[in-house]
Amino acid sequence: MSNVPVHEWTLLEAAQKVREKEISSRELTDALLARISALDPKIHAYITVLPEAATAQAAACDEEQAKGDLRGPFHGVPIGLKDIFCTRGVRTTCGSRILRDFLPPYDACVTEKIFAAGAVLLGKHNMDEFAMGSSTETSFFGATRNPWDPSRIPGGSSGGTAAAVAAAMCFAGVGTDTGGSIRQPASLCGVVGVKPTYGRVSRYGMIAFASSLDQGGPIARTVADAAALLGVIAGHDRRDSTCVDIPVPDYLVAADRPVKGLRVGLPKEYYGGDGLSPEVRAALDTALKALSDQGAEVVEVSLPHTSFALSTYYLIAPAEASSNLARYDGVRYGHRAEGATGLIEMMSRTRAEGFGDEVKRRIMIGTYALSAGYYDAYYGKAQKVRTLIRGDFTKAFEAADVLLTPTAPTPAFRLGEKTGDPLTMYLSDIYTIPCNLAGIPGISVPCGFSTEGLPIGAQLLSKPFREETLFTAAGAIERALPSRRVAPLEG
Amino acid sequence: MAITREEVLHVARLARLSLPEAEADRLREQLSVILDYVRQLDLLDTRDVVPTSHAVETGTPFRNDVVEPFGDREALLANAPDRQNDCFRVPRIIED
Repeated sequence: MSNVPVHEWTLLEAAQKVREKEISSRELTDALLARISALDPKIHAYITVLPEAATAQAAACDEEQAKGDLRGPFHGVPIGLKDIFCTRGVRTTCGSRILRDFLPPYDACVTEKIFAAGAVLLGKHNMDEFAMGSSTETSFFGATRNPWDPSRIPGGSSGGTAAAVAAAMCFAGVGTDTGGSIRQPASLCGVVGVKPTYGRVSRYGMIAFASSLDQGGPIARTVADAAALLGVIAGHDRRDSTCVDIPVPDYLVAADRPVKGLRVGLPKEYYGGDGLSPEVRAALDTALKALSDQGAEVVEVSLPHTSFALSTYYLIAPAEASSNLARYDGVRYGHRAEGATGLIEMMSRTRAEGFGDEVKRRIMIGTYALSAGYYDAYYGKAQKVRTLIRGDFTKAFEAADVLLTPTAPTPAFRLGEKTGDPLTMYLSDIYTIPCNLAGIPGISVPCGFSTEGLPIGAQLLSKPFREETLFTAAGAIERALPSRRVAPLEG
Repeated sequence: MAITREEVLHVARLARLSLPEAEADRLREQLSVILDYVRQLDLLDTRDVVPTSHAVETGTPFRNDVVEPFGDREALLANAPDRQNDCFRVPRIIED
């Protein structure tokens, strides 16, 4: 234990050592700020680093600790947030030019909760613009690189968060997942990422992309860390009318439960496609063996509408996005085009200048799918197919407690490899999208490496509000397949 | 192609996105590929299917109709691209 460098400690270890006065919050925070200074010029996981604010926060935590006052379970422990969560007075860009200088007048619910737990905020993580992308390449601030191979993408849209966690530039982070944006980058960066049940974590102050699909969730290096962080950010918030008022269980306890007798379903549609890399398939087999060796029961299930999920998603998400992003009009905040002579011209030029290509494409698809004459054929149709996809899961969960699937079809691809072809990029999310459409929770947990040394993740899915089952199964995989979680970087 | 040039320009106007001519042709091609792909949904018979707008049904939560003023008015106005006193200034609204 003593040989492990400070930045490689788990979130829970760091929290315990601050609690037991083995290390101060200042020392922890200084160590991670130094790590960011050394590595982030190469990785670019952060849009904004907050050395002064983090240091001041850490000093305050140390003063409180000296008096025996602990704010919460992460007292004095530095973490990061995807730059989609509003932070009062701290620039929040959502990866977009249009919000380049936006200073939120309030904190997101997730921000409030991590502060209430005592965490120190190191900075704001890079992301695809408005969370639209699977590689973090659509960020206005430039791409993030994968810490395991900087010529490759970290996944997206929460690629900055996953890369920062994998490079040990924070003890954990919070991302968001609309179609796989927590799980896919977690898989590609070799860390743990959780998409909670829709309604489990408040969306208040989390910049909206597709409101019926968006959920915030933890990214961490261990299952226990992710469980502890979800326990902190989950729970009812009356400022988000879709946030559900049911108790938050002890997820940490769930991560240690035995899997004996747990029914693990393998959806045959997720294993049949020719897009699935043989290396990912082989790594999944080891995850499955880990579960069955520990007494889990394996059953085959079917999700017959899986092949329609991507189409459904690429109508519903852009339709909701086109509506949500209508607010960026250059009037009250954000970028405004110079020199327009009329209001409509000002708005149209502001939006053309402020949004990048991928965001414009999705606004166009969404506007088209909602426009007069096309609503029923596109958006209405997609909402009906969404019902069929949900029904598939309801049925599958009669036979299984948890489903085991790939998170992403391949390990991390190279920068620029898919930027020219939007549809090919969208296929990166083929295994993660159905979960958002059905509103169920999912986790990605590391289960091996490719021959090139790139991480591979396994996805587990469970019934609504059964995140505990995910932590139980993911914990069993983690115990059987212990693997390096901090990428081998010089620093 | 699934979408015409005129439709692209019309949708851009609806979305308040000014679109250079060259970009319209590129967008038309990209949108057509995507729209052709999503047309696969037509293979499914959904006549008797009820649409899903939210995956987790929560009902409508109610609260008392009480005004809760936002404390930091200045922080809201400070983000304005163009401000005059406590107002957001914009170019002329009624065009010639």
